[in-house]
Amino acid sequence: MYKFTEEQLMIRDMVREFTANEIEPRDRAMDENGFDWDLIPKLVDAGLMAIHMPEEYGGGGGDTITSEIVINEIAKGSASIALFLDAHWLAADMILLHGTEEQKKKYVPLCAEGKVFAFGLTESNAGSDAAAIKSVAEKQPDGSYILNGGKAWITNSGIADYYLIMAKTDPTAGNKGISVFIVPKEAEGLTVGKFEKKMGMRGSGTCELSFDNIKLPADSLVGPEGRGFMIAMQALDGARISIGAIASGLMQHAMDKAIKYAKERVTFGKPIYKHQAVGFKFADMAAKIRATDLMIWDTCAMKDSGVRFSTEAAELKLLASRWACEVCDDCIQIHGGNGYSHEFDVERFYRDAKLLEIGEGTSEILRMVISGAVIGR
Amino acid sequence: MAKSDYKGIWVFAEQQNGKLNGTVLELLAKSQELKEHTGEEISAVLLGKNVSHLADTLFAYGADKVILVENGALENYSARPYEAALTQVAEKYKPSIILYGATSLGRDLAPRLMVSLNTGLTADAIDLGFDKDEVFYQTTPAYGGSILAHIVILEARPQMATVRPMMFEPIEPRVGAKGEIITETVTVEADPDYEVLETAPKQDTGDSIEGAQVVVAGGRGIKEESDLTALKELAELLGGKLAASRPLVDNGWLPHEKQIGQSGAAIKPKYIFNIAISGSVQYQVGMQNSGCIISINHTKGAPIFDISHYGAVADYRSVVPALVEEIKRRKA
Amino acid sequence: MKILVFVKQVPDTDDVKLDPKTGNIMREGVASKLNPLDANAVEAAIQLKEKYGATVCAISMGPPQAEEVLKKALALGCDEAYLLSDRAFGGADTLATSYTLAMAAKKIGGYDLLLFGRHAVDGDTAQTGPATAAQLGIPQITLASSIDVQDGYVICDRVLEDSVQKVRAKLPALVTVTAEINQPRYPKPINIMKALKKPRFVWNAEDLGADKTRTGIPGSPSSTKEVLEPPKRNADTKYFSGSGEEIAAQIADMLHDEHLI
Repeated sequence: MYKFTEEQLMIRDMVREFTANEIEPRDRAMDENGFDWDLIPKLVDAGLMAIHMPEEYGGGGGDTITSEIVINEIAKGSASIALFLDAHWLAADMILLHGTEEQKKKYVPLCAEGKVFAFGLTESNAGSDAAAIKSVAEKQPDGSYILNGGKAWITNSGIADYYLIMAKTDPTAGNKGISVFIVPKEAEGLTVGKFEKKMGMRGSGTCELSFDNIKLPADSLVGPEGRGFMIAMQALDGARISIGAIASGLMQHAMDKAIKYAKERVTFGKPIYKHQAVGFKFADMAAKIRATDLMIWDTCAMKDSGVRFSTEAAELKLLASRWACEVCDDCIQIHGGNGYSHEFDVERFYRDAKLLEIGEGTSEILRMVISGAVIGR
Repeated sequence: MAKSDYKGIWVFAEQQNGKLNGTVLELLAKSQELKEHTGEEISAVLLGKNVSHLADTLFAYGADKVILVENGALENYSARPYEAALTQVAEKYKPSIILYGATSLGRDLAPRLMVSLNTGLTADAIDLGFDKDEVFYQTTPAYGGSILAHIVILEARPQMATVRPMMFEPIEPRVGAKGEIITETVTVEADPDYEVLETAPKQDTGDSIEGAQVVVAGGRGIKEESDLTALKELAELLGGKLAASRPLVDNGWLPHEKQIGQSGAAIKPKYIFNIAISGSVQYQVGMQNSGCIISINHTKGAPIFDISHYGAVADYRSVVPALVEEIKRRKA
Repeated sequence: MKILVFVKQVPDTDDVKLDPKTGNIMREGVASKLNPLDANAVEAAIQLKEKYGATVCAISMGPPQAEEVLKKALALGCDEAYLLSDRAFGGADTLATSYTLAMAAKKIGGYDLLLFGRHAVDGDTAQTGPATAAQLGIPQITLASSIDVQDGYVICDRVLEDSVQKVRAKLPALVTVTAEINQPRYPKPINIMKALKKPRFVWNAEDLGADKTRTGIPGSPSSTKEVLEPPKRNADTKYFSGSGEEIAAQIADMLHDEHLI
C-alpha cells in the first residue's frame, strides 16, 4: 500500500475541496468559452501555482509526489486546468533546474505569483521529431540572439506571460544544436495566433506562435548553448508523470459521474448498475485507475530519489492515456444516448482524454523510448 | 429546592421600541395547550421602559399575569442587563417553563439565562408538548432534518426553550380580558461595555421572500446556476419571488436572505413551488404553513410530496420552461 | 492581542444516521469536516492577526479525531491548538459545553477576543457562543457580519430581522460570526506543511481543573428522550403526470382555476 504523509493527505484534502468548489463547476463552461482567467488568482491564493518549487524562491516547498497529488486532484474537476498547470510547471521547471541563480531569483517567484509559463518545442512540421525544428536563434556579436521561426500546439499560449522556446543555435548540429530561451509575451516580433479550435481540453489555451526578428538579451538563454534538447527531454519526462496523474483524475471524474448515473437510471425494473454488463465496466475502470495510481506514485518516488525514470514515465503515460480513453468510452456507453449529449459531461471527458495520447510525447514516441530501453538500440 | 416547587409557564414578552414581537402572541397561544395539561398559570414577562401599555395586548392574547419589569437600563435591549433582570425575577418566582421566541434577540439572551439559572435550554423548537410519561418535551429537527428529536429537561428548572417563529397561530384576542400586573423592581445597570452605535432599517432590496404571496423555490436538485433564470421568470410571471433551500445558498448561487427553512426564513405564502427540493424537515418548518404547496421532483418518494397539495414526479428542466411558456401564452 | 477561536468537527454529510437506541449520532464511516461557520470565525481571526498582529489559539472539544479540524485551523494560520478531550466531556449539551470551553479559556488566560461561528451545522443551536460569554461574564456580539478591533473595543455590524446595527463591546468580548463576514481562504500547502510543527495541546478534565459534575452528561440538564420519524401529513397529494408540456399545462389549468393567472 502506498502511504502518503500526513501533510500530503492534508494537501490532498485541501486541493480536493478547492477543486470541488472552484474548478469543477467551471469545467463545462470552459469547454464552450475557453480558459477561465478568474482561476489564476484563485490558484495563486491557494498556493498551488508553484507548489513544488523551493520556498526560498517563493514556492511551496513540496516534493514531486505533492505536486502530482495536486495535478491528480485538479484533474478530478477539470482535465484542462490540470493540463494548464502541468504545462506551466513543465516550462518553469527548466528555469529551476537549469537556470542561473539570477534567472531563478527573477522567474520562479513570478511563477508562484501567477505569471504563467509555457513550453515551446513543437512546430507545425516538427512534433515527435523534435530535432527537425526550424526556429533559429542567431547569436549576435554583442552576445544577444535574434529569434525567427514559429511554434504550434503550444499549451498555455495566449495565456502565458513567459514562453520557454526551443530554437536552433547551430542548425548544423542536429539535437546538439538546440538551445532554450525565455521569451516574454511582450517581446517585439512575437505574434500569438488565435486559439485553436480543438476537439478537447478546450479549457486550456493553444495557439500558434510566430517569431519575427525577436531580439533576446544574452541572459534569455537557459542552460548552456546546445543543451536545449537534453533539457527539454528531461522536462518532458517529468511532465509525462503529470499526464499520468491527469489521466487518473479524469478517469475518476468520469467514473464518479457514471456511477451516479448508473444508480439513478432504471431499466428492466432495476438500476442499471445491477445489470452485469454495466457493473463489470466499473470493475475494469477501478482496476485501471488503481494501476495508474500505483505507477504514478512509484515513478514520483523514483524522480524524488534522483534515479533515471524516463522509461517508467513513458510506460505510465502510455498505459494511463489509453486507459483514460477506454474508461471515458465506457462511461459514455453506460450513459447511452445521454452520454452522447453535451448535457451530460462524459462526452467532454472522452474528448479531453484523447489529448493524453498525443501531447507531451505521442504513444508511438513513448513506445520507441520504452522498446529502446528494454531491447537496446 | 424540589422541582415540584417550580410553577408557572412564562413567556418572555420580547419588545423593542414599545412593540411586541410577533412570536410573543404565538407562544401565548401554545401556552394555552400547556396550561390545559398542567393547570399552571401563564405569565408574560415584560422587560423595558414605559412598556406597561403592552399588558392589555398580552392579556387579550392569553396571558393570565404580566410581570412588568421597568428600568432605564432595560430601555434598549442589551444582553447583560436583560440577563441580570430576568435572572432576578426568575429566581424569585421559580417558573417551571420559560419560552422565548427564537428571534435574534431571543437567541442572544436565552443562552445567558441557561447559564445564570444553571438549567437546560432547547434551541429553536418547532413544537412543544407533554409525552406519555407526562414529561414536557420540545421538538427539534435533528441532523439534516430527516429526523425529529424530543428534547427534555428532566431535573433542572425552569425548563427553557427558544421556539421558532410562525409555528403557532395566535388565539383570537379576548376583548377586554384583564389580569394581574405584577410590578417588579430589579437591581440592574446599563452595560458600560456594550453599546449600539447605529441602527438602521434593513435595506429593502424589494426582493424579500417574507411577505411574498407567491414563492418559487429551488433546491439541491437544481443542476446549474443558469437554470435559476427559468425559476425566477416563473416567479415574476406570478408576481412572486425566487427563493431556495439551503444547498443553493451554501454554494453561493443565492444570498442567505433567499433561504427558506430552519436556518433561514419561515414564510407562509399563498402559493409555493418547490422545484427539485426533496423536503428535509428543516426545509419544511420554513414553509409548511403555506396555502398551496406545489412540488416538482424527479424522485417519487421525496418527502416534500408528503406535504404537497400538488405534485409532479418529473425532471424540472422539462416542466419549468414549459410552464413559463404556457403561462406566457395564456396571458397573451 | 490574543484571540481564541472555537472550532467544532461536524459530519460532512446531510444524511447522518442516528443510533435508534440512544438517539446519538453514528459517526463511524462518516467523513467529518470543520464546521463551515467556524471556518468563517478562523478567517476573521486570521484577518485581525494580519491587520494588527495577534496570537490566535484554536480550541475544540471532542474525541481525539477532532484533532483534524485543529490541524486545519493551524494550516489556516492559527498559532496554537488546544483539544479538550476526555470521556467525561462526552454527551454534553450546550450548558456543559460552554462550561468546559470557558474553563479552557480561563486556563489559556490573557484573552482579548473569543470567536465562534454562529452555529454548528449538526446541532444548530447557536447557544454555545453566548453561553460561553455568560460563563465568563463578558459581553457578546452575536450574528456579526463584520468585525474590527479599535482602541480596546471590538466593533461589528449585525444583521437582524428588520434592521442592521453597528455595535461595539469592550474587550475582552465574545463574537459569533455569520457566513457573510468573509470568504474563508484555503490553507496553502506550504502552511499545511508548517502547521504540523506548531504547538498542539490535549487537555482533559483534570488539566482544566473542571468539576466533572458540570461536564458531559452529568453537567447537561437537557437530553434527547426520543427520536422519531417526521409525521406524514398530507397523503392526498394530487399528482400531475405526462410529458413536461403536459404537466405544465395541468399546472397552468390549476393556477387558472385558482385565479392566479
